[in-house]
Amino acid sequence: MQWDIVIGLEIHVQLATRTKIFSGSSTAYGAEPNTQANAVDLAMPGTLPVPNEQAFRYAVMFGLAVNAEIERRSMFERKNYFYPDLPKGYQTTQLERPIVGPGFVDIDLANGETKRVRIHHAHLEEDAGKSLHEDFHGMTGVDLNRAGTPLIEVVTEPDMNNAEEAVAFAKKLHGIVTSLGICDGDMSQGSMRFDVNISLKPKGSETLGTRTETKNLNSFRFMEQAIAHEVERQMDILEDGGTIVQETRLYNGDKDESRSMRTKEEANDYRYFPCPDLLPVEIDDSFIDEARNSLPELPDAKKARFMEQYGLNDYDAGLLAGDSKLAAFFEAAAERGKDAKLASNWVQGEFSARLNAEEKSVADSPITGEQLGDLVVRIADNTISSAGAKKVFEALWTGEGESVDAIIDAKGLKQVSDTGALEAMVDEVLASMPDQVAQYQQESDPKKQKKMLGGFMGPLMKASKGQGNPKLFNEILVRKLGE
Amino acid sequence: MHNKSVAELSRDLESGQVSSVELTQQFLERIRQEDSKYNSFITVTENQALADAKAADEQRAAGHATPWTGVPFAHKDIFCTNGVLTTCGSRMLENFVPPYDATVTANFRKAGAVCLGKTNMDEFAMGSSTESSFFGATTNPWGLGQGSKRVPGGSSGGSAAAVAARLVPAATATDTGGSIRQPAALCGITGLKPTYGRVSRYGMIAFASSLDQGGTMARTAEDNALMLNVMAGFDPKDSTSIDREVPDYTAALNEPLKGLKIGLPKEYFSDQLSPAMEQQVRDAVKEYEKLGATVKEVSLPNAKLAIAAYYVIAPAEASANLSRFDGVRYGYRCEDPKDLMDLYTRTRAEGFGNEVKRRILVGTYALSAGYFDAYYLKAQKVRRLIQQDFINAFKDVDVLMSPTTPSPAFNQGEKTNDPVTMYLEDVFTIAINLAGIPAMSIPAGFVDGLPVGVQIIGDYFSEARLLNAAHKFQQVTDWHQREPQ
Repeated sequence: MQWDIVIGLEIHVQLATRTKIFSGSSTAYGAEPNTQANAVDLAMPGTLPVPNEQAFRYAVMFGLAVNAEIERRSMFERKNYFYPDLPKGYQTTQLERPIVGPGFVDIDLANGETKRVRIHHAHLEEDAGKSLHEDFHGMTGVDLNRAGTPLIEVVTEPDMNNAEEAVAFAKKLHGIVTSLGICDGDMSQGSMRFDVNISLKPKGSETLGTRTETKNLNSFRFMEQAIAHEVERQMDILEDGGTIVQETRLYNGDKDESRSMRTKEEANDYRYFPCPDLLPVEIDDSFIDEARNSLPELPDAKKARFMEQYGLNDYDAGLLAGDSKLAAFFEAAAERGKDAKLASNWVQGEFSARLNAEEKSVADSPITGEQLGDLVVRIADNTISSAGAKKVFEALWTGEGESVDAIIDAKGLKQVSDTGALEAMVDEVLASMPDQVAQYQQESDPKKQKKMLGGFMGPLMKASKGQGNPKLFNEILVRKLGE
Repeated sequence: MHNKSVAELSRDLESGQVSSVELTQQFLERIRQEDSKYNSFITVTENQALADAKAADEQRAAGHATPWTGVPFAHKDIFCTNGVLTTCGSRMLENFVPPYDATVTANFRKAGAVCLGKTNMDEFAMGSSTESSFFGATTNPWGLGQGSKRVPGGSSGGSAAAVAARLVPAATATDTGGSIRQPAALCGITGLKPTYGRVSRYGMIAFASSLDQGGTMARTAEDNALMLNVMAGFDPKDSTSIDREVPDYTAALNEPLKGLKIGLPKEYFSDQLSPAMEQQVRDAVKEYEKLGATVKEVSLPNAKLAIAAYYVIAPAEASANLSRFDGVRYGYRCEDPKDLMDLYTRTRAEGFGNEVKRRILVGTYALSAGYFDAYYLKAQKVRRLIQQDFINAFKDVDVLMSPTTPSPAFNQGEKTNDPVTMYLEDVFTIAINLAGIPAMSIPAGFVDGLPVGVQIIGDYFSEARLLNAAHKFQQVTDWHQREPQ
């Protein structure tokens, strides 16, 4: 049987405010446990929440960036459940009147098509603390530094039909929130966390199947794997004539396994009701206008500009513009290097590969966009070969040299472009390979001739100790062999 | 000395007739001698009080005195006091010492007042008799002379009894459904519940957040005004406090009452009220007519729904507010929990008393899926209707007057096994909290030798008007000066 896959996402985005959503504690990551939790965060008796205006500004910026309506009078509810990392015994969140109403995001697919994913709403809420189950010998540690960190939870419509689309949407959203500067986007620290709702239905059917929710995926790769895993699991069940249980599941990315966390029947009754400690939040036109005026260039606009200004193709422009830090790195390299296409190739090729290999983000890169730009200049003006350029890149990365030019000098990577010296080398090599020269000259097919040139390049590069300009060698060879 | 009001003590301190240290010693001595009869204090902070009194005397000598500098008083044990045990009348907080001051506490500290200790109360302010305290019931100073142990009302029964017994001239209190006015009436003192949002709730342990309001208890209206001068005002730490100018509440105390329009809600003069009680209230209203006020009957058609609505909304909010008492971070924790569920269930089963558990259960039920619309939402609609009743009434009259309670102080133990009868104690006070308007109770006579209170209800932010009406009445009556024997 053929199946349609239906996917909706819920994304928790930690807002990069300096202080928490309802208290003055710092939100900085990585401090000693419970050093960033004050009386309000600890839910000491009598303490009260005071809303952080910046969190509202960020939420409004997000709403504007995803083409959404902003709720002028948004309210907070209490979501009641007991857990040690939830100090008040309820989470302050939004249910009836979330600050961001319906909106949409357009995503680019590999086949060149664009798809619109609708956003149902996005609401403000507070994060919980962390329960630490290791190192406490049968007990649980509680760290409340994260408790009260502002989140927006973005809820999509079930508009995605495969893992590629879901991942493309997730990456697009990542690009939007990091471009806005409202989230640091660091998924390894939990700054963005994804819940994936998946259901299957017979191909073409109008009726949605029973869905499962896979929670807390914190990388694009795990998200892709988890979707593949869950689709296969559901398909196996349905094809065997079974039924899907509506449930929340946990996915273990390291083992590619998932297990049920709780079924619908076991779900909490959260007993939502309006939080009496917080008045409805009124948002007026001037607040929205101010937020609109503070919006930076967003990924879609940036992509269009990269195509226009740097002559990049759709794919390259989209990829670079989707990550604000990578885009800034590219622009620095392109401005300095004067050759945007070459800069784009290096940013997406060697540079990105190296970041991935070392699991680093652009912010952790040991080299700057300007340095890469300097390298592009020397590639473009033929000072170094592409092989030499890789050696310079390596030296820059490991911090071996001061500048691109200093590294080229120190390593002797400058190409020989003195045609007199190169001609002498060609003469010498041709003289030592009379049979090959004869074969070349007897060949009438220019394609085959071109192929045969490669046979001379090896000895030539050897003779020049790798420093001969291959382009010039090629020109001289063709001329001399044709004589 | 112990019969003097805050205003009089303040004048004595100013004239140098007495020092704060002397005053403080005298009141502390009275508490030591007398309070075993009443159990009105949970904690007496003797050393801290004497140190504060000494500092107050120095402030006064240096010319930095406020009317409160060096004046002794007490806090209801619901207000957090930095470094001082704050129990809320519960085993759950038997050992809880907050590392912060409530805004109300901080304001009295800034004013230089000397806190002698923390007064007894119904557990988490849930009750009308101060019998549900983990630290034992408080006894009403009235009735002891006739050999009966009467309740002081609640939940602020400790503050009311302490003021009535002259252990302190004034005490803070809180009112969620009548917890200032009902004990003030039953103990023969004057109490004021301000407009919701007038006094910061920061550091005041929450029972029902949308109804809780801190307020004042003293023997005279003037002292209530002096207290409110310290307590009222916007607080950035409480988003529900209101940013509105605070008048000097003593300024208008002596304004003439000529032309004051008094409304008598007919629903509050029903058969729930004994003829003797009604007579006292009618007599008080006659005094007002002598002072130049006019009286007319008004109607609050939805008043009868107030108790039902209140006992959905207040427990619903309480069920969430009290979730933080889970044994994880502070307060009571059961012995040797075997797992998380055991920690939660035994901590809360052992840490909370029966009335608190009853209200958590009721509130949890009212908010549950399938019941929310029928209970919580409907109660909120009723709340708006009740609010509208008052708004309509105040189009015609300046203040409303009614009995504060249906009867005088009842015997201890009389209603503890019948929660619904206990809830009816607040039948005349509860709608005021639902509407969020201010109201006072002032002493207005005696029935069977026990004090009776009249409730004066005002429109939003009309505290100065209420205090004026109360003060003028106290200029021509002496009910508030009667001392229990």
